[in-house]
Amino acid sequence: MIRTPLRPLARILEARSKGENPDAIERENIRLRHEEMRDRARLRAESRLLVLAVAFFCAYGVVGVRMGLLASTEPMEPRATATGAPIRAQRADIVDRQGRILATNIETHSLYANPQDMVEPKRAAQELSVIFPELSEERLVKDFTGKKKFLWLRKKLSPEQKQAAHDIGEPGLLFGPREMRLYPNGRLAAHVLGGASFGAEDVNAAEVIGVAGVERMFEDRLRDPARANTPLKLSLDLAVQDATEQVLAGGMRLMQAKGAAAVLMDVRTGEVISLVSLPDFDPNDRPRPAVKGHASDSPLFNRAVQGVYELGSTFKIFAVAQAMNLGLINPVTEIDTRGPLRWGKHRIRDFHNYGSKLTATKVIVKSSNIGTARIAQMIGVDRQKKFLKSLGFFEPTPLEITEAGGGKPLLPPHWSELSTMTISYGHGLSATPLHLASAYAAVANGGLRVRPTILYQPTPQTGERVMSEQVAEASRLMLRKVVTEGTASFGEVKGYEVAGKTGTADKPKENGGGYYDDKVIATFASIFPISDPKYVLVVTLDEPVETTGAKPRRTAGWTAVPVAAEMIRRVAPLLGLRPAIEHRATAGITLTSN
Amino acid sequence: MRSVLYVLTAMAVIGLAFWAYRENYQTQAALDRAETLHREIADGRARLGMLRAEWAYLNRPERLRELASLNFDRLELMVFSPEQFGRVDQVSYPARETLPAVTDSIEISSARGTQ
Repeated sequence: MIRTPLRPLARILEARSKGENPDAIERENIRLRHEEMRDRARLRAESRLLVLAVAFFCAYGVVGVRMGLLASTEPMEPRATATGAPIRAQRADIVDRQGRILATNIETHSLYANPQDMVEPKRAAQELSVIFPELSEERLVKDFTGKKKFLWLRKKLSPEQKQAAHDIGEPGLLFGPREMRLYPNGRLAAHVLGGASFGAEDVNAAEVIGVAGVERMFEDRLRDPARANTPLKLSLDLAVQDATEQVLAGGMRLMQAKGAAAVLMDVRTGEVISLVSLPDFDPNDRPRPAVKGHASDSPLFNRAVQGVYELGSTFKIFAVAQAMNLGLINPVTEIDTRGPLRWGKHRIRDFHNYGSKLTATKVIVKSSNIGTARIAQMIGVDRQKKFLKSLGFFEPTPLEITEAGGGKPLLPPHWSELSTMTISYGHGLSATPLHLASAYAAVANGGLRVRPTILYQPTPQTGERVMSEQVAEASRLMLRKVVTEGTASFGEVKGYEVAGKTGTADKPKENGGGYYDDKVIATFASIFPISDPKYVLVVTLDEPVETTGAKPRRTAGWTAVPVAAEMIRRVAPLLGLRPAIEHRATAGITLTSN
Repeated sequence: MRSVLYVLTAMAVIGLAFWAYRENYQTQAALDRAETLHREIADGRARLGMLRAEWAYLNRPERLRELASLNFDRLELMVFSPEQFGRVDQVSYPARETLPAVTDSIEISSARGTQ
């Protein structure tokens, strides 16, 4: 680059000759030089700004285009990061203790319509009403030709129905995939399983949610994707549950009862092997809850865990066991049973007059109300409360089905000494058959508290001790005598050494004011086999009556006991219990040595 | 010298571009395959679930009971009862087969053969 001199000699000389100031030329040249420098710098700055602007424009343009693209395209699963186990069932299976399926999922389809896409709405309506008789043709025509843009027709379709709907060939009829809950065994264990229905629904999928029972209780567990492939294992045994339901349904019919419940429980682990409440329902098609009438009349009502009943004389063993545990009595202590026992304006009577004195064992065997009330008097209010509380009679059972929380026992508002006396023979305190089963389990397993569970957990529970082992054994012997020589003689099952206690309680009138004369709750709580107690079975019949005799019989000994005995006969082999070898009397043959 | 460098660079770029192109297509193919397999697994699971449900449905106690009573003439299946427990010595095993009596004389001279 050639620099222009600031003082060019030619111009200086010329200016000198003209008498001008030559410095002006220098200043002029400096000015020109500075202008030139300024122009160059501006140009450079401008071009830099331009480059920067273009760069920013491009960068923001890319971001903008990408955002627009992401916003406007269909969402897609990342393809390259698929995890190990793709597409699992939405809800885990439920199986019984041997892994047999109680609830599973199947894929099906829902049917919906987009009326604006329909070619022949009238024909479609007519053909649909042929396939699905419950849809009315006029209604469909109205919907299809009206302003509606979207319409659900059916939530679930069988494959045949889907094919038939497909064959209509109407482009406005569309199918959405659905996963649906199936209970392959139908009514079996309906009250335990509960049922499921659809939650949030969309064309492409629907949420399956549990509405009752185990399904609702374990909602989170069943829907947890991490555990969707491990089924939930229940303590129920399908075969045993079926046999129990069969026998109970038969017994209920024979005894003309309006309802029945049975609980079969392992005495050490607290596992509920079978839990039946009749009448029952089909969880595949769960009926709607009743809006009128008594809740217990609905088939949805679970008598075994929700039905709180006065369980009658089955409670007597608790009073006797506690008195023995406190050292107040022993099995041969004689108890005053002269009746009627007066307390204020109340009188306590026995079914028969048993004379003036009975031993404690006989009080249980003969089921003497007076005797038990006297024992309860010895125990007193506070100690009785504490004992019954330790057996779990004060709170709902912890069984893991939603309904169990509703089975809160009814306790007397003022626990007077009279309450103590009536509760000792099972009146004045209402509890569920499951409460009774877990309390009997404590007697059966040697005095440890057992909390019932519906989950498979074959390790024995180590609950707190509620009575000593000796007392538990003495109580079991008394209960055995009830069957061999007392009120439950029909309960004897050859080889299984059944022990138990009957209980017949008058039903209280719904609107208060005393008890019905001809409506009872008959209960039989049993333990078997008594030489090595393994199971507790409680059978409850609601309003049974046995009419083969001259006059109708309603006591548990005639109603609940034969049903329970038949149940044990059917169920014990299924549980793998070998009948004990009977020791027969040698038939008068004397061995002689020759 | 410089032009050789240019040519080599250009060729390297072409080579890398070709490699990237091939890798891209192989990746896409692998992803497609993985997707197909996933779909097959999902289908398989769905089919398995359906078969298990079907099996459970066919084995429901109610149906088995009906079948047992329908085919009682042939099968004579009864409800499992305590009387059916037995002891091992009550089981009648098939009689042990006895070997036929030896009637023919047996040449034993070869037993002391030279060997």
